[in-house]
Amino acid sequence: MIRLILILACLLLANITQAADLYTAKGLRDVYFAEALYHSFQGDWFEAVARLDTELGQHRRVDEPGLDKLHYHLDQAEFGVGDFELGYRMHLRAGRAITAVIEGNVDEPVRNEAIYRLARLYFQKDQQEDALHTLERIRGAIPPSVRDDLQFLRGQVLMANGRFPEAVHLFKDLQGVKSLEGFAGYNLGIALMKEGKEQDGRKYLDEAGRIPSDNPATLAIRDKSNLTLGYKLLDANDAENAKLVLDRVRLSGPFSNRALLGSGWADASHARFERALVPWTILAGREATDPAVQEALLAVPYAYGKLSFYGRAAVLYGKALESFGKEVNKLGASITSVKEGKFLQALVREELKQDADWVVKLRSLPAAPETYYLLELMASHDFQESLKNYLDLNELQKKLTIWQRDLDAFEDVIQQRRSYYQPLLPQIDRAFRELDSHMRLRLEQRAQVEKRLNAMLTAPRPDYLATAGERIALEKIGGLEKVMAGNGASAETTDRLSRLRGILLWEITTGYDQRLTDAYKDLHDLNEAVDGLKKQYNAFVRTRQAATQSYEGYDDLIRRERGRIISAQEKVKVLMARQGSMLETMAVNELTRRRERLEQFQITARFAIADSYDRAAKAQSEKSVGNQTEKGVGK
Amino acid sequence: MYKVLKVIVLGISALVVSISSYAQEAPKEQVKGLDEQVQEIKGDVLSIAAELKQLEEKLLYPSDTQLAIFVSVAKGEKVRLDAVDIKLDGTSVAHHLYTFKELEALQKGGVQRIYVGNVKTGDHPLLVTVIGKSEGGSDFQREESFKVTKEVGPKLVGVVVAGTGIGSKTITLKDW
Repeated sequence: MIRLILILACLLLANITQAADLYTAKGLRDVYFAEALYHSFQGDWFEAVARLDTELGQHRRVDEPGLDKLHYHLDQAEFGVGDFELGYRMHLRAGRAITAVIEGNVDEPVRNEAIYRLARLYFQKDQQEDALHTLERIRGAIPPSVRDDLQFLRGQVLMANGRFPEAVHLFKDLQGVKSLEGFAGYNLGIALMKEGKEQDGRKYLDEAGRIPSDNPATLAIRDKSNLTLGYKLLDANDAENAKLVLDRVRLSGPFSNRALLGSGWADASHARFERALVPWTILAGREATDPAVQEALLAVPYAYGKLSFYGRAAVLYGKALESFGKEVNKLGASITSVKEGKFLQALVREELKQDADWVVKLRSLPAAPETYYLLELMASHDFQESLKNYLDLNELQKKLTIWQRDLDAFEDVIQQRRSYYQPLLPQIDRAFRELDSHMRLRLEQRAQVEKRLNAMLTAPRPDYLATAGERIALEKIGGLEKVMAGNGASAETTDRLSRLRGILLWEITTGYDQRLTDAYKDLHDLNEAVDGLKKQYNAFVRTRQAATQSYEGYDDLIRRERGRIISAQEKVKVLMARQGSMLETMAVNELTRRRERLEQFQITARFAIADSYDRAAKAQSEKSVGNQTEKGVGK
Repeated sequence: MYKVLKVIVLGISALVVSISSYAQEAPKEQVKGLDEQVQEIKGDVLSIAAELKQLEEKLLYPSDTQLAIFVSVAKGEKVRLDAVDIKLDGTSVAHHLYTFKELEALQKGGVQRIYVGNVKTGDHPLLVTVIGKSEGGSDFQREESFKVTKEVGPKLVGVVVAGTGIGSKTITLKDW
């Protein structure tokens, strides 16, 4: 049973991961979405939801969503959140996310796939009417990847709502589908029986019970079909056929114990006790905690009694009694152990999480209660859900503790940054302000030069391009001319000054074009230097801002997050206690039920021992009376 | 017939079983109610996780200096990654050994963030070493050197691992 549950759970998970494969089909362009998928592909649903939620939140806040790479995958991402939340068993939120996709502006196949998932969610949560109404919303094109699964789900939902004829019709259409091999037939058989067509139902169960396959899931459903049909036939007093069907169940499969037991009952109900002993004896040698094995421990001596082997029967009843006694004691110890909290401690042990078959491994844990008796309970939906919730809560508790430490570390970092930057920043700011004013002045000068050069293109001004030496020389000449004019200089001196001025002006005027070109080149070189300066300036401004931002503005946020963490921790603690107590109660109830059953078996075995001894004694005395009579007759 | 026989053999009536199973099913509503509360707290914790992630990023890896390196496997490649080592500016910054689940997630198209840190703007040498098994089953080790140019704004570097076939590069770099 446990294995079947695990197989079915794997199939469900396979559905989720197959669906996740669809996300990557067209290639991924948003790395954060791809990262969320990386976690989801590993079944790390918390990380997957957290990352994708964050990415979607950021996408919704950007000014131009079209520039954000997530917009290429937005539909898939919205869908993905629902999928991941489903994986994380947040059915309410997943339902809302999927509903949002359904009601959004999406293509028909995407919408229909979302409806399928939402319906499956309702089905799993046992909200069968909601599941049906949801499925009724499907219109138009259905993606081929979910077409068969959708029909199968529709059939299951119809069955759950008591609409068996329609379910029968659907399951008949699914008979040839390879991926549903066995499952469709089994459900068809059950639906037909529920509809009242017992014979037809048996026919399909029989077919499902004969499917040749080496697929573990198909083999499991084949065994289940045979077991169900076998017991149906037993109930209908058709022991002959029941035996044939039950004997088809694999001897090593999860249904083998109940099949062996039923096979024995089939023989016993026709008083063929010597034949019933074959399956029952095999069964009696198996794990004594299994309910079928425990029944066999009483059935085997009963059969020997019926075959008049009273002594053997008495001995085997004694052995059964001894075995029941041991089991009753184990159960008592287990109940105490569960009540002491050891069951919950065992459930959260780290080594279990490394193993996919952890439920099975749980049996062999030291210092844990007798979990063999809990396997049946563990396979039940309610227990599984409660158990997963408990484990999830345990994980949340660990995360919250780590985050609290993270916040402490963040505060340390902030404090260190503050004490490093705060004394430095005023000096830096002062120096920066000085540099900033210098820079502004120089930039202004540069702008002036540029403006002047541009103006000179239309109105040449050679004097603007005179060198400093030329200017000084011209000024000196001007000064000398003034002096000479006042002192009445000789004509020769005046001529010399004029010649000098003329030479200088000649140089300045004839070299104007070259000088203008050189000035433009110099301005261009200056531009490069100015660009470098601006880059440095911006880098400094960013670094300066980053320095402040590295310690300013976090206090409120950290305080708020700390408060939220503490509040969440309290809630988790309370919920864990309640969930744990519920698990313990369920476990104790189950163990008590099994103990009561065994105590009843003990009473039966005690009476049967006494009865067997009586019959053995009676048979012995009859035998000895017979012998004496024979002797008397002989005399 | 077999039911009667069963009662005779086991001495146990159907009533005993049904009473006990009733006792087991009692907390059904309670299970549902608690489940809803657990879902609610999961939502709360997820929202804390999202805010903390943003806080962490802002505080420890501000966008001006952030450099993140992501590993992925080229589409359709069956190469088996055993380990990846990343050296940035001559210093080993990440070394990861892959589990089967992680490898499967990469092969399905998932992308792993192997490193996130802070660097200055400018060029940075990046050395990627990949150890694994080729599709044919032979061991391989490849090393590639790259230059990563960090500008203003976060830099997201993708390391893509492909097959070891002749003429194809095992390790390539892409910008995300």
